[in-house]
Amino acid sequence: MSAPYTIIIGLEVHVQLLTESKMFCSCSTKFGAPPNTQTCPVCIGMPGSLPVMNRKAFELALKTAVALNCEIPRFTKWDRKNYYYPDLPKGYQISQFDLPMSHDGWLEIETKPLSPLPVGEGSGVRAANSRVTRPHPNSLPEGEGIVSSSTTKRIGIIRAHLEEDAGKSMHDEVAGKADSRIDLNRAGTPLLEIVSQPDLRSPAEAKTYLTELKLLLNYLGVSDCNMQEGSLRVDANINLHIDTPQGRIATPIVEVKNMNSFRAVERALAFEAERQYRQWQETGHKLGEVPKSTRGWDEGSQTTREQRAKEESSDYRYFPDPDLLPVTITTEEVERVRASLGELPAALRARLEQTYGIAAYDSDVLVNQGRLLVDYYFRVAKTCGDGKTASNWMQQDVLRWLNEHQVDIGQYPVAAETLGELLAKVRGGAFDTSRGRQVLAAMLESRLSLGDAIRQVGIEEVGESAVIELCRQLLQANPKIVAEVRDGKPKGIGALIGQAKKKNPNVNPARVREICLEMIQKGEV
Amino acid sequence: MAISRNEVEKVALLARLSLSPDELHAMTRQLGDILGYVDQLSQLDTEHVEPMAHALDVTNCFREDRAQPSLDRELALANAPRRDEECYLVPAVLGEL
Ligand SMILES: [Zn+2]
Repeated sequence: MSAPYTIIIGLEVHVQLLTESKMFCSCSTKFGAPPNTQTCPVCIGMPGSLPVMNRKAFELALKTAVALNCEIPRFTKWDRKNYYYPDLPKGYQISQFDLPMSHDGWLEIETKPLSPLPVGEGSGVRAANSRVTRPHPNSLPEGEGIVSSSTTKRIGIIRAHLEEDAGKSMHDEVAGKADSRIDLNRAGTPLLEIVSQPDLRSPAEAKTYLTELKLLLNYLGVSDCNMQEGSLRVDANINLHIDTPQGRIATPIVEVKNMNSFRAVERALAFEAERQYRQWQETGHKLGEVPKSTRGWDEGSQTTREQRAKEESSDYRYFPDPDLLPVTITTEEVERVRASLGELPAALRARLEQTYGIAAYDSDVLVNQGRLLVDYYFRVAKTCGDGKTASNWMQQDVLRWLNEHQVDIGQYPVAAETLGELLAKVRGGAFDTSRGRQVLAAMLESRLSLGDAIRQVGIEEVGESAVIELCRQLLQANPKIVAEVRDGKPKGIGALIGQAKKKNPNVNPARVREICLEMIQKGEV
Repeated sequence: MAISRNEVEKVALLARLSLSPDELHAMTRQLGDILGYVDQLSQLDTEHVEPMAHALDVTNCFREDRAQPSLDRELALANAPRRDEECYLVPAVLGEL
């Protein structure tokens, strides 16, 4: 049953850019240093100090803006956003107001989940693992059990602009102290604020957008997106459109803050939508009748709570920062950046699906693991000669191992080409999938070469003539089964395969089946 | 060009200044004088003049992204009205109402 309202969500994402030094001074941006050991006269706002823009921060921001399909104006400048808060030593934040470095872009997301499985941060590994119950990956059709009717939706980006971070205030409520402690290490760290259009229609869609944005930022290498360390922060604006007998009305917009994971964003928005609906039923308040409010997500109680009133935008008294020079960008520079972006997640998924013939769900799992893993996959697929086989093994074997050992593909002990060779042997019928797995396990556990692993598992390649001879003997010894198969009851073949494996564990069961059926059909026995 | 007492009160609040009635009165008059003085500029004909975002006609001044040693913490905290070993101390900051 659907809710009696439409949810309207826009997200503001702040990402810390991967620079060594701060945006306007040379202090380190390294996380975790003792409080107030990474500050200087510029970032603690001493009179007479002068900020100078960090080139790398601007380049990373430009790269992101171009990847988000934004328009890049020829001219951009810095403004002061004035407000008083103890973690803001200058009494203003250097930001961008009327001439931001980029505007009017978009990011495409899949609006329906690619898989019926629960999807979360790092979902690739988890989702892949929940599929290891598949008995024989190669024997099932691709995309089995998967909802593939997802549609692409374009989420508008209003603007992406640069600004500096504030410091951190800490308050020890347990100790009941009257003071807050201020650490200014983070003050002046470069942030890119990415503001979406209110195009998102559900908490799940908001989460999908965030996951796709984070993946893009990872591929671009512009941010480590570590939410625990505050490198990626999300604020949401949400309200409802409700159809009433008097026409459609909108509820007051609420800004939700303090969400520390994508899962928290999803839950906070779901809670907030229901809360707004109840509030509207009680008060009848419509958009514009009450001031915009800010609420903080409380993880403990799983609710949102009202925070201090937000100052109106005009109260920030923005004006151009006279200490900083504007930046001009040429069309050639933008085109150079565009050419340097490399293959981004959406294009990579499309290539995997079109060139390697794998399902949307599978390409999504691989791409979500990052470019290094996709490159590994390409090499496996090339060596083994089949994209689907490579994809299955990547998801069921490689990803599971990486997840169990909590490492990334760079530390996987088996080279892509070696895995590819192994898969080529499985495909060629040298041995079956389960024996292939034993070989891979031997390589992983004892760090054996492919040849040694095959020998350790006890596989000796069985020549075609030996298999044919074995099948002939089995069929001659089991006339009853042969007769049944002739009558259209091929069930007994399984028993023959069992006997074949007993006589020679190295025979490929699939090949035994083929040869037996062929011999019976041709009347050779 | 005049400024109203209400506007001055609002600006004072935003600047976290508490002004006595006398100061508010004096400030309203003085700010009005300053605005009136600057307002003379509007008599100039700027019909064919490109708007400027900055007084200097220079753009693209960058520094390379290299971290340098920061201030010694003792020096950084030296002027703080109140402090402990590591941090500036300020009256409690509480986000929620
Ligand atoms: Zn500094």
